[in-house]
Amino acid sequence: MAEITAPAYRVIPIIPALKPGAMEGSGPYVSGEKMNEALGFPGKLVDDWHDKAIAKMGDLLGKYRSLKVYMDSCVHCGACSDKCHYFIGTQDPKNMPVARQDLMRSVYRRYFTLPGKLFPKLVGARDLTREVLDEWHNYYHQCSECRRCSVFCPYGIDTAEVTMAARDILDSVGYGQKYDIEIIGKVHKIGNNLGLPGPALIDTMEGLEEDVKEATGVDVRFPIDVKGAEVLLITPSADFFAEPHIDSLIGYAKVFHATGTSWTLSSMSSEAANFGMFIGNYEQLRKVALRIRQAALELGVKRIVVGECGHAWRVAYSFWNTLSGVGEGADPDDKFAQMLQKQLDHRYRQPTHICEFTWDMIERGALSLDKEANDKHIITFHDSCNVARGSSMGGYPGGQFDIPRNIIKAVANHFHEMDPSTTHEKTFCCGGGGGLLTDDLMDLRVKGALPRMEVLKQVSDEHGVNFMAVICAICKTQFSKVMPIYGFDRRMVGGVHQLVSNAIRLGEK
Amino acid sequence: MSTLFAILFYFATLVFVVGTFYRIGIYTRTPAPLKIPTTPAPMNTGGVVLRMMREVFLFESLFKANLWTWGLGWLFHASLALVLLRHLRYFTDPVWSWVAFIQPFGTYAGITMLAGVAGLWARRIFVERIRYISTPSDHLMLALFMAIAISGLTMSFFVHTDVIAVKGFMLGLMHFDLQALPSSIGLYVHLSLVALLMMIFPISKLLHAPGLFFSPGRNQVDNPREKRHIAAWAKRMESEN
Repeated sequence: MAEITAPAYRVIPIIPALKPGAMEGSGPYVSGEKMNEALGFPGKLVDDWHDKAIAKMGDLLGKYRSLKVYMDSCVHCGACSDKCHYFIGTQDPKNMPVARQDLMRSVYRRYFTLPGKLFPKLVGARDLTREVLDEWHNYYHQCSECRRCSVFCPYGIDTAEVTMAARDILDSVGYGQKYDIEIIGKVHKIGNNLGLPGPALIDTMEGLEEDVKEATGVDVRFPIDVKGAEVLLITPSADFFAEPHIDSLIGYAKVFHATGTSWTLSSMSSEAANFGMFIGNYEQLRKVALRIRQAALELGVKRIVVGECGHAWRVAYSFWNTLSGVGEGADPDDKFAQMLQKQLDHRYRQPTHICEFTWDMIERGALSLDKEANDKHIITFHDSCNVARGSSMGGYPGGQFDIPRNIIKAVANHFHEMDPSTTHEKTFCCGGGGGLLTDDLMDLRVKGALPRMEVLKQVSDEHGVNFMAVICAICKTQFSKVMPIYGFDRRMVGGVHQLVSNAIRLGEK
Repeated sequence: MSTLFAILFYFATLVFVVGTFYRIGIYTRTPAPLKIPTTPAPMNTGGVVLRMMREVFLFESLFKANLWTWGLGWLFHASLALVLLRHLRYFTDPVWSWVAFIQPFGTYAGITMLAGVAGLWARRIFVERIRYISTPSDHLMLALFMAIAISGLTMSFFVHTDVIAVKGFMLGLMHFDLQALPSSIGLYVHLSLVALLMMIFPISKLLHAPGLFFSPGRNQVDNPREKRHIAAWAKRMESEN
C-alpha cells in the first residue's frame, strides 16, 4: 500500500471543488460464497436480484419509519453537502451525503412514488440497473455511518440509515462486503471479531497479569468466566492484543482493582463490537447482541460495563435494551427482558460505559491519581462519531462529551481542545468507521482522515499536542495506520484509559 | 370560468387533504424499531417538544449548517407563513382581528418571499454542489413559488382585481353556493398555480413539512437505557426462540 499518499491540507478549510468519478471504482471486495451462506445470505448475486432488491426495499420501507420519512423528505437544500469527511477528502460528488442518499432515493422514486413512475426524468428517478447496483456497492461502502450530516439536516435525515438499508438490500441479493460479513461470521463461530478462541484469550490475560505485576509490583487480575462476579466487561476484542488498545484494557483492570470491584470477561462473548449495525441487518444485530445477554445470564453478573469502542457503545447504549433487554424499564409482562433485568442492579445505569464507571469512582475519591505521570503528554481528545452522535453518558445530554474530558483532566495536566467546528457533535469520523476498516479501502481511509488530521496538525503546531486520546477501537486502529502517512507518529493515538493507567497509583487507597 | 375554478379547487382540496393524510397515516403506522435520535438529544418529552419547536420555527439545524441557506430559507418560509395567514381574509367573514392586523405585513411579505425564492434559486444555479444535486423538479418547484408570488404581487400592486368578489367566490365555495369569480388573467394564473401546488403537495418533496414531525432523528426521546423500546415486528422474534 506504499503508493497511497495523503491529500494536501487545505490552507483555509474551504469546500472542495467537485471531481466527478474520483472514487468510482474504489469500493471494497465483494463477500465470498461461504461467508455469505454462513449468515444466511445468498452465496453470490442471485439471478433475480432486481426483483428481490426492490421487494427487500419495500419490506424495509414498511419496517423502518426512518427510511420511509427520509426518502420522502429531502428537498436538496444542500445543507449536508459539504459535511462528509469522505467528500472533503475525495471530492467525489457522490460522497456528498445528499448525493449518496439519492443513489437510493432515485430508485425509491421510480418504484414507490407516482411522479417517479410517470415522469422519472423530472424527479431524478432511475431504474435499478446493474450499474446502479454496482454504484450502491461502491458508494454505500464509502460511508462510515458517522451521522455528521444528520446533525446539519433541517429534517434530521440520517444518511447512516440509508446506507444501512442499502447494505441490507445488497446482502439480501448476495452482493455484500467481504470485511463485514467475514467478521460477523467469526463472532458467531468463535465469539469475537478477531477469531481469538477461549484458550488463547485465557493465555493472553495470564500474560497481561505477569506484565502488570512486573511493571507495578501489584497483582492486578484479568479474570475470565468467573461466575458471580459483579461486573461483566464487554470490550472490543482488539483490546486483547492490539496496540495501543491493550493499554486501555490494562487501565480498566487497574480501575477495577483499585476500587475493589469484582469483574470478569466472558470467553463466549468476548466482543463489544457489533457489525450487525454496520450492515443494517436487524437479525444479525440482534443475534450478536444476544451473546452478551447469554453471558450475563450464565455468569449471573449484576452490572454490564462496556469498554472503549464507539459503535459498540452506540449499540450498547441505544440498542441493547431493545435487542437483548440489557437495561431497565421493560413492561412487567415482558418476560424476555424481565428475566435479565431482574438480575441486574438498577442502582447503576445498565449498561455502563467504562468512562462513566471510572469518572464515578474519581468523583467518589476512590482512585489515587498521579497527574504528573502523564506530563510527557500534551493531550487532545477526538470525539468518536458513534459516541458523540449516537449515545450519551452520565444521564444528561452531552455527558458523552464531558465525562471522557473530565477523566483526562483528572489524570493529566496538559489538555487542549481541537477546533470546535470538529469536536462534540460536529466531530469528524476518523475515516475508518462503519465497517470500512479494511486494507482494500485504504485509499478511502487515508482521504477520509483529512479533516481530522488538519485540525490535529493545528493543535500540534500551536500547542505542541503530542497525544490524541480516543475511546474507540476503530479510531485507534485507523489513526495508528493513517497518521504516519500524514507525518505523525503512530503512537500519538491512545485510549483515555491508557492515560488513566499511567496515572493510577495502586494499593494506596 | 367560475364553475371551472370551483371544480378545480374542490378537486385540489380533496387531493391535498386526502393525499397528505394518507402519507401521514403511512408515517404513523410505520414503526421505528430502534432508538436513533441524533445526540445530544433531550431525555424527556418536554425537551423533545422544545427541540422540534426550534427546528420548526427557527430551523436550528440548518442554522448550524449554512448561514446563507438558513437566511434565505427562513426568509422564504416565514414570509410564506405570513402570506398564507393574510389570505385567511378571503375565507373568513367577518375577518378575524389578528388577520386584519397582519394584512399590511402580509402584503410586503409577498416581496420578501419572492426575494427568498430568488436567493434560493440563485444558490441552486450558482453553487456547484447544489447544482449537482438539483433535479428538474427542484427548479420547477422554485419556479412555481416564484410565479405564484409574482402573480399575487401583480394583483396587489399593479393590476388590481376585485378582491370583494374573490372573497365572495371563496366564501361561496365554502358554503357550496357558487359565486362569480372576477374575470382577470392575473387571478386565473394565481389560482391555477395555487391549486397545482396543493395537488403536488402529497407526492413531492413538499412532504418535508409533515416529514419533519416524523423524523426519528429529531422526535425521539433519548432514554434507551431507562425504558425498553421495541417494535411489534421485532418483539415477535423473541417468542420464536
